[in-house]
Amino acid sequence: MSLEPAITDLEQLKDRPVLARLLAWNSEAVESAKFDRGELTIWIKPAFIRDACALLREEQDELRFDYLSDLTCVDWYPNEPRFEVVYHLFSLTNKNHLRLKVKLEGGDPRVESVTAEFPNANYYEREVFDLFGIHFEGHPYLRRIMMPENWEGHPLRKDYPVEGYR
Amino acid sequence: MGHLMQSPVLEPTSQDRTMILNMGPQHPSTHGVLRLLLEIDGENIVRMMPDIGYLHTGIEKTYEAKFYQQCVPLADRMDYLAPFTNELGFVLGVEKLLGLEIPKRAQWIRVLLNELTRLNSHLVWLGTHAMDIGALTVFLYCFRERADLLRLFEAIGGQRMFTSYFRVGGVAMEPPLGWFDRVKKFVNAFDAKVDEYENLLTGNPIWQRRIKGVGVLTKEDAIALGASGPTLRASGVDVDLRRDAPYSGYENFKFNVPVGTDGDVWTRYVLRVQELRESNKICKQALEGMPEQGPIKADAPKVVLPEREKMKTQMESLIYHFKIITEGFTVPAGEVYQAVESPRGELGFYIVSDGTPKPYRVHVRAPSFANLQTLPKMCEGLLIADVVAAIGSIDIVLGDVDR
Repeated sequence: MSLEPAITDLEQLKDRPVLARLLAWNSEAVESAKFDRGELTIWIKPAFIRDACALLREEQDELRFDYLSDLTCVDWYPNEPRFEVVYHLFSLTNKNHLRLKVKLEGGDPRVESVTAEFPNANYYEREVFDLFGIHFEGHPYLRRIMMPENWEGHPLRKDYPVEGYR
Repeated sequence: MGHLMQSPVLEPTSQDRTMILNMGPQHPSTHGVLRLLLEIDGENIVRMMPDIGYLHTGIEKTYEAKFYQQCVPLADRMDYLAPFTNELGFVLGVEKLLGLEIPKRAQWIRVLLNELTRLNSHLVWLGTHAMDIGALTVFLYCFRERADLLRLFEAIGGQRMFTSYFRVGGVAMEPPLGWFDRVKKFVNAFDAKVDEYENLLTGNPIWQRRIKGVGVLTKEDAIALGASGPTLRASGVDVDLRRDAPYSGYENFKFNVPVGTDGDVWTRYVLRVQELRESNKICKQALEGMPEQGPIKADAPKVVLPEREKMKTQMESLIYHFKIITEGFTVPAGEVYQAVESPRGELGFYIVSDGTPKPYRVHVRAPSFANLQTLPKMCEGLLIADVVAAIGSIDIVLGDVDR
């Protein structure tokens, strides 16, 4: 098994059912896409992530992704846009995963919460808020979950010091 | 102290009827350091809020500072009851990033150990869950078999719990002589042992009345709150990643996935006991189908350490050995999400590589963390004593919750 090069061209990927559906729904919302190592990643514009989740949750058959497996974040410091929030959706009908991503600028990273669509995003978004400092607008209880409430800084950021005294 | 004073506060919804009760973090039935804030009306739970983070050790941050191979022992230490499953999730993720093909014998050994781990984890769950509810004897029976399993793990990996036996590209070394026979002996005797546990519990009227109809989670709630593993299947959702998204050769094994309908503590108990039998079945198949000979490491000299003997006699191997040990191996840039079915549910490793010998970011989708979210829903309207049953039934490991 050798690695196939990743496909990053939106034109080549637009026939994939999920991507085709998202493009048909709102071609503005899709930023780019990638197919690498058997996994499809779709970048969604931050303003549309909640609607995209709502759409995929309510779809039928092979387009249906009704379970949020995981939600996390990657810090690409010092590059901008600095943060990528990563949503792993799972389809309980087809048993496959889909990755949605949102790029956020470093200054005051904000994105709409998906807790209304997937209630289990509650803890995940709190974790990302705690460890990356990303604000999820509309989250019912956005407080630190892992670190103590009076903690300063967000430990999983790449510019967080890992040595020395506080 | 600072932590406690700053921790979340639950405000009573009604001034004259309810009060707030703090349970944990040092409560013996919370399986570690889980703190629960309960709003109670008499003995009845009105609301519950878990407070976690007491065991947070920043494992995800630590991953970023280690070579890929050094990450394997860290994976062990998250869910300390299912070390092999954690290792498997991580190494499969890295192997997917590298595009490595794993020889069959290594895959079979991995499946065998993975299922033995499931037995180990379910035995601890059964013993402690029954003990929480008051059936003390079961604990002793379960830990008798668990001790056997730990001895098997020690023989193969050198440690009882944190074995670190899997390697990126295969497994560390050939199992010791006679090890498979010991496993065979254990596996053949195990079904009768499960009957023993069931004799103590299943027909026991006290046990039944304590857990039947308690802590109900409907199918809709289970999906919305992100339950996985036996907690999800007990609510009637038929998902098992071993069957639905096979990894490490699971497609070659025949087993049933028990699914319940009622979603209460009793159903979760029944499912896990059935899973003990199913896992044992997989162990037997793995022992039978195990290739007698063959490599246990992938053919990838830049990733897999050379054999000891070759390292001492061949210059090439010595160079590779030195380079892998001192510099690690590089992994092509990219990202993968590798999900495996841990005893608790979907364990996902999201690994991002930037082409260096250390992972850029590792995120663990911990099944206990996900399942814990279902607890408040389960406990609404229950009595305090039932909370203990509900906590036991979702089988959380706090090391996995807090990471």
